[in-house]
Amino acid sequence: MSAYLLIPFLPLFAFFVNILFGRNFIKGQAHWIAVPAVTVSCLVSWVIALKMFMSHDPQIINEDLYTWISSGGFRASVGFLIDQLTAVMLIVVTTVSMLVHIYSIGYMHGEKGYYRFFSFLSLFTFSMLMLVMANNILQLYFGWEAVGLCSYFLIGYYYEKKSASDAGKKAFIVNRFGDFGFGLGIIMIFLTLGTVHYAEVFGSIGTLTGQGIVVLGFQMDVITLIALLLFCGAVGKSAQLPLHVWLPDAMEGPTPVSALIHAATMVTAGVFMVARFSPIFNLSPVAMAVVAVTGAFTAIFAGSIALVQRDIKRIIAYSTCSQLGYMFLACGVGAYGAGIFHLYTHAFFKALLFLGAGSVMHAMGGELDIFKMGGLKKKLPYTYWTFLIATLSISGFPLLAGFISKDEILFLAFASGTTVGKFVWVVGVITAVLTAFYSFRVFYLTFHGEFRSDIEEMKKHAVEHGHDPHHLLHEAPWTMRIPLLLLAFGAVTAGWIGIPAALGGHNKFAHFMEPVVGHPEVHAGHATEYILMALAIAIFIGGLLFARHMYITNRDLADKMAKKFSFAHYLLWNKYFIDELYHFTIIRPTMWVSKSFIVGFSDGKIIEGIVNGVPRAIGQISGFIRHVQNGLVHRYATVMGFAFLAIVAIAFIWR
Amino acid sequence: MTELGTNVLGYPILSLVIFLPVAGAVMLLFINRSNAFLIKLMALIVSIATFIISLPLFFRFNMNTYGMQFVESRAWIPAWNVNYALGVDGISVLFVLLSTLITILCVLISWEAITNKLKEFYIAILLVEAAMIGVFCSMDFFLFYIFWEAMLIPMFLIIGVWGGPNRVYAAIKFFLFTLVGSLLMLVGIVVLYTYSGGSFSILELDALTYPYNMQMILFWAFFASFSVKVPMFPVHTWLPDAHSEAPAAGSVLLAAILIKMGAYGFLRFSIPLFPDAAVAMTPVMLTLSVIAIIYGGIVCFAQTDLKRLIAYSSVSHMGFVTLGIFALNTQGLEGGILQMVNHGIITGALFLAVGAIYERTHSREISDYGGLATVTPVFAAFFMIFTLASIGLPSMNGFVGEFLIILGGFAASKIMGVLAATGVIIGAAYMLWLYQRIFFMDEGPKAAGLTDLNGREIAALLPLLVLVFWIGLYPNAFLGFMRVSVQHLIEQVDLAKATALAASMK
Repeated sequence: MSAYLLIPFLPLFAFFVNILFGRNFIKGQAHWIAVPAVTVSCLVSWVIALKMFMSHDPQIINEDLYTWISSGGFRASVGFLIDQLTAVMLIVVTTVSMLVHIYSIGYMHGEKGYYRFFSFLSLFTFSMLMLVMANNILQLYFGWEAVGLCSYFLIGYYYEKKSASDAGKKAFIVNRFGDFGFGLGIIMIFLTLGTVHYAEVFGSIGTLTGQGIVVLGFQMDVITLIALLLFCGAVGKSAQLPLHVWLPDAMEGPTPVSALIHAATMVTAGVFMVARFSPIFNLSPVAMAVVAVTGAFTAIFAGSIALVQRDIKRIIAYSTCSQLGYMFLACGVGAYGAGIFHLYTHAFFKALLFLGAGSVMHAMGGELDIFKMGGLKKKLPYTYWTFLIATLSISGFPLLAGFISKDEILFLAFASGTTVGKFVWVVGVITAVLTAFYSFRVFYLTFHGEFRSDIEEMKKHAVEHGHDPHHLLHEAPWTMRIPLLLLAFGAVTAGWIGIPAALGGHNKFAHFMEPVVGHPEVHAGHATEYILMALAIAIFIGGLLFARHMYITNRDLADKMAKKFSFAHYLLWNKYFIDELYHFTIIRPTMWVSKSFIVGFSDGKIIEGIVNGVPRAIGQISGFIRHVQNGLVHRYATVMGFAFLAIVAIAFIWR
Repeated sequence: MTELGTNVLGYPILSLVIFLPVAGAVMLLFINRSNAFLIKLMALIVSIATFIISLPLFFRFNMNTYGMQFVESRAWIPAWNVNYALGVDGISVLFVLLSTLITILCVLISWEAITNKLKEFYIAILLVEAAMIGVFCSMDFFLFYIFWEAMLIPMFLIIGVWGGPNRVYAAIKFFLFTLVGSLLMLVGIVVLYTYSGGSFSILELDALTYPYNMQMILFWAFFASFSVKVPMFPVHTWLPDAHSEAPAAGSVLLAAILIKMGAYGFLRFSIPLFPDAAVAMTPVMLTLSVIAIIYGGIVCFAQTDLKRLIAYSSVSHMGFVTLGIFALNTQGLEGGILQMVNHGIITGALFLAVGAIYERTHSREISDYGGLATVTPVFAAFFMIFTLASIGLPSMNGFVGEFLIILGGFAASKIMGVLAATGVIIGAAYMLWLYQRIFFMDEGPKAAGLTDLNGREIAALLPLLVLVFWIGLYPNAFLGFMRVSVQHLIEQVDLAKATALAASMK
């Protein structure tokens, strides 16, 4: 047994212990099982990753545990691959997971489903680790579906609420649409290459170059088809257009879940997948362009919605969609390393934003509307400062983690020298403006200005709902503050490992990732890089000042703007009506077909009519032959008689 | 005379497995009907003993041969050349085991649900078991047909006597549908008998080749019988009625074993005996399968009756099975056979679970429930696992079967593979919606005060839960049984494909 197996299987063990014994025995002590398990797997991950990072010739682990499914020529194993890409993911997943586990001790304290919460957190961690450590596509698919399942459980954690159970179901089903494509992609890979194991697939994918296939009457390049099918899965899991609709609703789950699953880890699985399959995507310029453009559109689309929303968690959720868009944008221009780098820095500052939001909600008695907050700076100093760091990081304060990774993406898009690259760069820059603005909008409305709710009212409300009113407007306990501080440290420093040469760094991160994802083409020098960097800083300052102007110094401006651009505001407030579109084009018609057409008409009238008609006819004939017949046995006998006549007839024909 | 095969055990295990339940049923006759406990205990002991006796089929099965194993043969009606011939191969052995296991669970789940005429009930259950196993073991067409029809009568009674309010209609519909189909098969059997010059031996008939036109007609004659049993679109309408009206044990037997016989018939007779016709009819079969998958799935959205919904989901899942079988390639066939076992386990478990809750509420209306996750958490957990297995979550058995089927189906016909894969989305949607309405949200009118599963009910569900994960995580333990037999079947089909190709080249 190798030590790396502890990484996924310790959390799995914790899951089993808590789910089996939690309800009756462990109850409120579930964290004593879950937290040590994830901590050990985090430590092992760091040891393995650091070893790889320090070594000049890192040792790649690629081992099969056992053969999972084997049928004819098809074989898929349960096996583990730990290369540079996996190592980075291990760090992200186990670190954020551990911090969220610790945070949850305080946040979920006193919940009746406490053990259940920790069980699924552990199961999620296991699933996510199986996903990133897979050495073949089918195991990746296992992890993929399993994280989706845990997401379903955790979004629907408050299952008594219709909205929560709806949201969980929606997340699962929307993801199934993406996985429909993903699954067919896996099948295509097997049918063309005869294997689903990474090493063999990537070794032989080149042989498909130039091969065509006819799909629904269209001639198509095989590699492009495979890449696009796989990308369908990524679009679902990473909430990209047009399958993004589940992510905002997923905020029904407890906030630690939003931080871990719907910001730092699971939703980034799509980016990980595209980077993992870079040898396939690289061979198809069409697929690459689709990835880049999908990412860019989602970035600006989600960013624009975030401008006008009022629910603190949903704003951060749209921000996540938007940032994931950046990562795909990077992958699409061949800068997979930059995409993964942003994934890694984003995990810190976005998890921090969510946990900060959780801390705010904790103090606000569950209130989510940022227009009912304000002035929380004094009441929640830890939350305030850490939230500020996260906001600075995401909006691009120089040398913070978010700045360095986003800057690298935009530079590499610009420098890719392609039309698509230039186009997505423009979109990326505009999105950066939006990002800085909406991030500071949340920040100012929450922490600055005046407190806009009635504290007595809130206390009454808390008592009515059986909550402890002493939490209100008080800083969270230490178990919640420590993760905030550690993540804030990450949000500042995580990017320093990838400081570009233009700033005197060595971009060790990109070099580390190179053996797995290669390096993008760069058609620009340091001078361009400095100009772009200056632009990024200008954007940051502009966004900050505009948000400050609108929500602090000139409070009426926001309303005036909303009135002046009422149509745009209406569109954004209603999220471009995508949910409504799906409701009327998919859900309603399906229900109609089911209820009216099939049950009422075709099953009810046509099929029943015909098939019931046959026995009825037989019955009538038998009744005709012998007038007193009305028993089943008689009918049976008559039919038997006819049948034997037929047999004799047929037998004579063949004789 | 074709060599029948071998029996490593040296004792007639298959006869024991078939006739122990019959003997049990006879013994039940002599128990005083006022002694309910003894009747139930007797039924339980007999079913467990049958299961234990059947276990060597699992452990002593030789996975390296496609030949019949554990065979027995003796002349029965020499005048007509009818033999009492039994044997199992990689295609049938798992169903014998599944039958003996499921029967135990049916006895357990009926323990308190059946109070009326329970002596007759358990006799019927044991007789169904014997007939089902007989169908899977028969190596003689005459014997096969007798078991096939014999199964109908106790099943008819189980639905018609112990069923729900509309039981008589459902029972008659079930009976007539299956009967009309069977008669056409009987015609086919007699034609084969005459053509072969007087043989009922399945292996001997298998070794002959038949003219193309004859193959076609006989294929459809057998199809009439098997498609009703599966059930395939459009002859599926008896299933929702039978399932919803049958008592829990009846639904479980129907779902887990009975409807597998149609698919088994395709594998045992239609494809090996009439390979040319099977190859020629592939497009039709694939299309009907895909229609069943999508149609059966979409109908589920409109169901308000819990058992009807699961019944329609069976139509959809069995569509996957027939799709895999008629893909006529390794992954499709292995996936199809495995999915037959899987569906037996999953849908069997779902009906067991529903039966447990129906016993408490006497309601099948979905809207009567809600909030059960709080009221009955253990029940909710079991139901969740079987729901997930049903929607094909990897690591559970449903995934392995569906994945291999879609892979095989896609290899056989791209468009059919793609359409079948939409069934995976539809399945997730209706099952999760069902789960939400029963277990989540506010408590429904019948939810308050329900007691959670008791030890007996957990004992009935636990073996199936173990199988869900066993097959899901290590399917090779089960795929290994069918590997060589499926390979042999494919060789027969390939020969037919080659002749078809040669004919078209001329």
